[in-house]
Amino acid sequence: MTEKSLHLAVALDGLGWHPAAWRLSHAAATAPLTARYWTALAGEAEHAALDLLTIEDSLDLQSSRPDGPDDRVDEVRGRLDAVQIASRLAPLTRHIGLIPTTSTTHTEPFHLSTAIATLDHISGGRAGWRPRVSARRAEAGHFGRRDIPPLDLARLDEPHAVRVVGDLFAEAADSVEVVRRLWDSWQDDAVIRDVPTGRFVDRERLHYIDFTGRWFSVKGPSIVPRSPQGQPLVAALAHSSVPYAFAARHADIVFVTPTDPEHAAAIVAEVRAAEETVGRAGAPLRVLADLVVLLDETPTLARHRRTRLDDLHGARFTSDASIVTGTPGEVADLLAAWHRAGVDGFRLRPAVLPDDLTAITRALVPALRDRGLFRAGYPGGTLRDLLGLPRPASRYAVATA
Amino acid sequence: MPKQIILAAHFPGVNNTTVWSDPASGSQIDFSSFVHLARTAERGKFDFFFLAEGLRLREQRGRIHDLDVVGRPDTLTVLAALAAVTTHLGLAGTLNTTFREPYELARQLASLDHLSGGRAAWNVVTTSDAFTGENFRRGGYLDRALRYDRAAEFVRTARQLWESWPAETIVGDRDAGRYVTEAAPGAFAHHGDQFDIAGHFTVPRSPQVHPVILQAGDSPDGREFAASSADAIFSRHGTLEDGQEFYRDVKSRLARYGRQPDDLLVIPGVTFVLGDTDAEAQERAHHIRRQQVSPQTAILLLEQLWNQDLSGYDPDGPLPAEDPDVSGDAISRGRAGMYPDPVGTARQWRALAEEKGLGIRDLIIEVTGRQSFVGTPQQVAERMNHFVQSDAADGFILVPHLTPGGLDDFVDRVVPLLQERGVFRTEYTGTTLRDNLGLGPARPVSQVGAV
Repeated sequence: MTEKSLHLAVALDGLGWHPAAWRLSHAAATAPLTARYWTALAGEAEHAALDLLTIEDSLDLQSSRPDGPDDRVDEVRGRLDAVQIASRLAPLTRHIGLIPTTSTTHTEPFHLSTAIATLDHISGGRAGWRPRVSARRAEAGHFGRRDIPPLDLARLDEPHAVRVVGDLFAEAADSVEVVRRLWDSWQDDAVIRDVPTGRFVDRERLHYIDFTGRWFSVKGPSIVPRSPQGQPLVAALAHSSVPYAFAARHADIVFVTPTDPEHAAAIVAEVRAAEETVGRAGAPLRVLADLVVLLDETPTLARHRRTRLDDLHGARFTSDASIVTGTPGEVADLLAAWHRAGVDGFRLRPAVLPDDLTAITRALVPALRDRGLFRAGYPGGTLRDLLGLPRPASRYAVATA
Repeated sequence: MPKQIILAAHFPGVNNTTVWSDPASGSQIDFSSFVHLARTAERGKFDFFFLAEGLRLREQRGRIHDLDVVGRPDTLTVLAALAAVTTHLGLAGTLNTTFREPYELARQLASLDHLSGGRAAWNVVTTSDAFTGENFRRGGYLDRALRYDRAAEFVRTARQLWESWPAETIVGDRDAGRYVTEAAPGAFAHHGDQFDIAGHFTVPRSPQVHPVILQAGDSPDGREFAASSADAIFSRHGTLEDGQEFYRDVKSRLARYGRQPDDLLVIPGVTFVLGDTDAEAQERAHHIRRQQVSPQTAILLLEQLWNQDLSGYDPDGPLPAEDPDVSGDAISRGRAGMYPDPVGTARQWRALAEEKGLGIRDLIIEVTGRQSFVGTPQQVAERMNHFVQSDAADGFILVPHLTPGGLDDFVDRVVPLLQERGVFRTEYTGTTLRDNLGLGPARPVSQVGAV
């Protein structure tokens, strides 16, 4: 593998990222409720040797409105739990990383920690986790434990919004801290099975995490022995300075949303500055740029498909990430330019699933290989190995060594 | 036609029933162990696979208990993965309602039901356990008296969520541009003492609509909750007579909820030991009990009754002369209290030890963990069938003492005998777990639990 080789991820969500995707998809409308559909997507991604796949999730119904349900019947509604999907995929895949999304606002850090550690055991070291904050009141209403003040997404710089968002991210940070401590709470060699003394574990190698924070406290240790990667990977989607700092402190991978190569370079510089500011130790963040991709054989066909989707949707589709429309060769050139600007790779969001994923795996990936930008297969090992990240020792093993 | 027996496979747990010191004992955490047991159960045409749950490592005398198997995976994550390597087997998980919220758990279970093609089951447990609560933001503040209130409200709310999407909501009419028949499907509202929630559920109606509900618990409240809300109840009744009495009791509670006797299955958890001859089986059973009760474990189990430090006692020596300490907090935490009358039990044990001349370890072996079915495959098949045909049970949850191969012999040697007798299936006939258990379609929540 050359040092120029980039990392490729695919983001899976419903029948694709375009709101009208289901109108053109080659899969049935109810396919995202079946294991068969997800297995086929994961198999396709693994066939092209992609580094990892992510699975979107949310604790409320999809909506075209920022908060609460809408009155549309022409978009995909309903979804399955992302961790359940990822674990359903684990025994049927061998190499690809599996990164489900979960909320940090309404879920128990203890359950999150044990679920992702278990996913790591089941997959032989391919688990990751994308924590996200739940800022919507609709989600809070499903739990009835707290009220989230309303947020105007157009005015996130107002003091009220800054405080609310800051708190949500601070709580998410505590959640990740607890999850990570629990992952370390069993040393790798805790199970001893010592028949003469009758001891199954050496309890000196099990550790209380004794976390106390503003929102919760957690005693530990975990119920799950330390997993193959020790620390499964944590990925964060980040659009601004608060989440950049969160990622720099707590994540291994950051998904960012630049608009062009110059912007990509600027974001990478901002992420590196955030790493400096928070005093990040260990490997630097792997920075992957998010792109919605819509591929076709000719530029005209791709444009026409985009227009058709937008017409069906009734409006021009916009996204937090840039949307690229073109041939595999054109998009490969674009990725090469962005890669030169400093991103380590890309998380591609197929506009239509499975169609644009198939185009990625069968046409875009070969085009990247032709340019010497992507490896030909899997070198073997864990997801950490694939991303060049070392396996950390348990923080408690270091402390007692 | 004779009654058909229900069989389930319990993955060996974190207690001293599970023997880890045996050379044949494998990993309690490697996924291959779970695959082996689940595939063995499916090869034997079992109804379902069963996982227990523990959310805090057990402690004794303020230290993590280290003599039994320690550590296990997350229940839901393992079940979803097992759905990928099995086709017919039901997937049952124990999931505590005290440390979860209905919206989240209902969507996880409905997701499992979709991803397994209708094979999800939930063993509802509820604790009032502040010790385990220290691992959760919610804490453990549930009043013990409210345990079944919370359980019942939790299950009722979950059922409401599972029904919130009408059947066939997703039509996917591309020409008309209608993905769903109604805007914002999955609307629900529940306002109760334990939960006050409203909004929209994200998971469309799953194959079973309601995953199968299991309930363990022998108390009158537990039996009543099972009669109103569960599809199956576990029990621990060792003798035929005790089993029959329990069976009669719980089945008689169903009518007041508008339910039929077949609507609630009685499935005790049982252990078994097989041998080529009865004598060989008895000898193996004794050998296994010695493995289950090491000298260290004998002292520890004695401490749980006496509720004090007995580490200075000789495992082969006599029992303590003084009575148990019933004044202080329990020294053992993270497990259910097992002895309602410690002083009385201690006196019985002491009398038995003196009568038979037993030291501590041999006494513990005598009074704890005696296997349910010991004998040749023919004897075990006969007794199990007799148990079921005599209405002491509808079937069994088998608890092997070895991970992961502890069920192999049973499937190879006992299941064919049950099949020959015409009391156990030779092929799966249903597609969902509800079908295979002979349960009808799920009753709508509006008809569940009403007195």
